Amino acid sequence: MTSQFQAMLDGLTRLRGVRGALVVSLEDGLVVAESVMGGLKGGALAAIGATLAGRAVELSGRGGFGRPRFLHLQGDDGALLVAPGHDLALVALAGRDVPIGMLRLEMLRTAERLG
Amino acid sequence: MIEDIRTLSAQYAADPASLVFLRLGEALRQRGQVDAALKVALQGLGRYPHLPDAHDLYARILTDRHDYATAFDEWDTALRHAPHHIGAHKGIGFLYYRAGEREQALYHLRIAASLDPDDLGLRHAVERVGGGAEIWDMPMPDAPPPREASAAAAGPSSAAVPNPADPFAGMDGGHDRLLLVDADGLRLGGGLAAPDGRNVSDEAAALLAATTREAARAARLLELGGWAHLTLEGEALSACLLMPSPETSLLAAMDTALPAGQLTYFADRAAKAARAWLERVQ
Repeated sequence: MTSQFQAMLDGLTRLRGVRGALVVSLEDGLVVAESVMGGLKGGALAAIGATLAGRAVELSGRGGFGRPRFLHLQGDDGALLVAPGHDLALVALAGRDVPIGMLRLEMLRTAERLG
Repeated sequence: MIEDIRTLSAQYAADPASLVFLRLGEALRQRGQVDAALKVALQGLGRYPHLPDAHDLYARILTDRHDYATAFDEWDTALRHAPHHIGAHKGIGFLYYRAGEREQALYHLRIAASLDPDDLGLRHAVERVGGGAEIWDMPMPDAPPPREASAAAAGPSSAAVPNPADPFAGMDGGHDRLLLVDADGLRLGGGLAAPDGRNVSDEAAALLAATTREAARAARLLELGGWAHLTLEGEALSACLLMPSPETSLLAAMDTALPAGQLTYFADRAAKAARAWLERVQ
């Protein structure tokens, strides 16, 4: 299973500007599979992505938004993107000036395959 | 006329770095081979990420796939690279029209028509959206936020008079799609209604402050620089969260089917209104 995830993540990190992509357990924020550039700490990215996804799921529930499909935290120097599934989430970190639309589409497609 | 796909495919195979992908992608799209068109467009964008025509092609394919939010972003990107890109103005105009934003649709369609005055189909579209041929006698608006401009032009009204109790007075969604809270999650203004009409303002308020705190923490730890916004795409509603001031959090919500760019524009306008209100009341 992990090698199957690995191929999916490698497909994402081949996109221009993507510094890392991970499959993360939403329950505990641990890394299930990762493909990250040197210098990027996968464990920290996973924990941060899972925590933010947890908050978003809770807010979506209270606000009646429906199940969250995609989160996009935009900063001046990059973006954190999360596609939460039921138990797992796909988390990616992108640099500045990355076309988020394309990356979002690819992440949603990949997240569908996570189940 | 649809170009011959076999010929274009052969040219593309012979020289994948050429711009023939634009013609091939469009030909495939027009033939209804949307998945193949998408693949060609994404390959082209990978090679030419700053080419406005590549973003335009990708946006048209996304529109065929009913992914209007991403299409809006792509046309927006095309316009950032080329402010006079006819296809991007037409596309964004179409999306605004579809979303019921007539004034903004008209703005973009008129720019496109001025750039290509021989496009009769486009002229008819402008007249249809503008309410008749008289639209050509009207001056072009200077800037795209027509609601603000028209509110200003309407003179003093209840919406133009600041309401000390309501930061979003006069704004669409001011009572059910915009929520302003303080750092403790106490509601300062606006309100939020779930799609079934339930008032969920207070339930969402406490979580809103906690979520923006988490977003700020994530941005700091991941060295993303100052964070601009957190967008949350739900199955029914999408929300854009930001901090109009260091002590407040704002949530702006919209139907998920509407373009993402429109949501951030809505949130930015609301943040400006919130800042102005905070200055008045503090």
